[in-house]
Amino acid sequence: MSLLAVDGLSKEFGGVHAVQDLSFTVEAGTIHSIIGPNGAGKTTLFNLITGIYTPSAGRIVLDGTDIAGKSPSQLARLGMSRTFQNLQIFFNMSAVENVMVGAHLHVDRRFWPSLLRLPSMVRGDRACRDECLRLLDFVGLGHYAEAEAAAMPYGGLKRLEIARALAAKPKLLLLDEPAAGLNATESREIDAVIKKVAGQGVTVVLVEHDMKMVMGISDHILALDYGRKLAEGTPAQVRANADVIAAYLGAHA
Amino acid sequence: MSKTNSLWTARMGGMALLAAVLALAPLGFANAYYYDVAVGALFNAIICVGLNLLIGYGGQISLGHGAFFALGAYGSAIATSRWGVPSVAAMAASAVLVGLMAFVMARPILRLKGHYLAMATLGIGMIIYIVLKTEAQWTGGPDGMGVDPLSVAGLTLATDRQWYWLSAVLLLLAVWLSLNLVQSPVGRALRAGHGAEIGAQVVGVDTSHYKVLMFVVSAVFASVVGSLFAHKNGFITPDIAGFHRSIELVTMVVLGGMASIFGAVIGAFILTVLPQMLTAFDDYEAMIFGAIMMGTMIFLPKGLLPSLILLIRKRMGGRS
Repeated sequence: MSLLAVDGLSKEFGGVHAVQDLSFTVEAGTIHSIIGPNGAGKTTLFNLITGIYTPSAGRIVLDGTDIAGKSPSQLARLGMSRTFQNLQIFFNMSAVENVMVGAHLHVDRRFWPSLLRLPSMVRGDRACRDECLRLLDFVGLGHYAEAEAAAMPYGGLKRLEIARALAAKPKLLLLDEPAAGLNATESREIDAVIKKVAGQGVTVVLVEHDMKMVMGISDHILALDYGRKLAEGTPAQVRANADVIAAYLGAHA
Repeated sequence: MSKTNSLWTARMGGMALLAAVLALAPLGFANAYYYDVAVGALFNAIICVGLNLLIGYGGQISLGHGAFFALGAYGSAIATSRWGVPSVAAMAASAVLVGLMAFVMARPILRLKGHYLAMATLGIGMIIYIVLKTEAQWTGGPDGMGVDPLSVAGLTLATDRQWYWLSAVLLLLAVWLSLNLVQSPVGRALRAGHGAEIGAQVVGVDTSHYKVLMFVVSAVFASVVGSLFAHKNGFITPDIAGFHRSIELVTMVVLGGMASIFGAVIGAFILTVLPQMLTAFDDYEAMIFGAIMMGTMIFLPKGLLPSLILLIRKRMGGRS
């Protein structure tokens, strides 16, 4: 059974169809990319899947549960996590604290033990911190662990969001343009991180403009245009698709 | 691990320094009046430490905490003088009731943001003020009501000196509890909701839960201090629920430095003690006071303590 199934999904903004009657599935353990020109509806689709928007119509099924209309924090409990194109970093915290927030659902977060700083809470928190330090190492940010997030470079923040999303131990990880604004070297570093994540069995859904990244790491690609499905298949199939070429080059094939 | 240690030392170092200041300050107190002012400062500091959890760490404004202070005061006053409830039990019961009230109000109110939240909390304060003023059969109306002194296990607190030591211990307790909260998963979730609300939600943080929680916690802090204030003063009027009181509390938090527990303490001390020191300037008192406030916010926009810490870090060659 597929991990994520989208069926007849639509979203309207005052008459504008940002996403129209879209259906696709994501198989567990794969890297699935969503591509399309600017305004194709990729980010809207992401916001629908992750509960930021409520669909106008259609179903989204995660691991057998219909999740349309659920809040982001409910989705996190069901094993979904994401990063953002325009960052959602906690700039009032250090890097490792950012990641520790990601582990929120997996630590003792009861009020009274926290207020009284009970030894059990302190031990749990210390273990969580150690694990988050490992995650920072995993995304290549070990040396920034104690830095204030506000003092980190842009490329680091992108990876910090991945580390935070991983701390939530997701089954499904959605990455919204992880390479946007990065130079070629930084993009290849992100490539490597995403491959490592997928190698650990996390299913990855990726929205990305960097075609080198998309073609290099994806198992499956979904191409959108004007909120509709344009093409779907392996990187080779999508690359050769006449509609995709036309949409990108603006030619009428 | 070095950071864990430095966090620990910042924590314990700050607590130890505060304890030392509180222990040594009375050496400079010439008479009972000094104790009286100091107790006022300690009371404000306890409220501000709680309020800072909501404002500084949670990013929510409240212009209604004067009302929770007043509810604690009246709760204790009514329970002790009319029903003969022991003062500590009355204080606890008032705190629980105020906590419940804050909880019921918080859900709808904390949906609002920015100016709208400020307006709504202002409204709460005004309603409570009016209720205290008009329900004269309970509260004595605008004339106020008398309150018995505080007695703990048969001991009655009579002198300002005794009040000083009690409040000093309670302030240390309040600071300790707040430090615990801020450095726990609860505090991180709260700060995350302030830093990037959606970012917090997608990793499972129910951000509104934490805002409500801190609204309740800060209201309980204010209520307990209100109870203490009522017993110490021996007489209360609805004016303690006034708009001015709430604004004053927020100003203390902002001046001291938002999201800084010790900053809140410093802000409360300065804004309580400074007006007393400026009385020498007679008519110019309010003007000088205002100028000091403006100057602080222009030159130290992050508030006193955080700005000073930044300055010291810079001086030390940016090692951090």
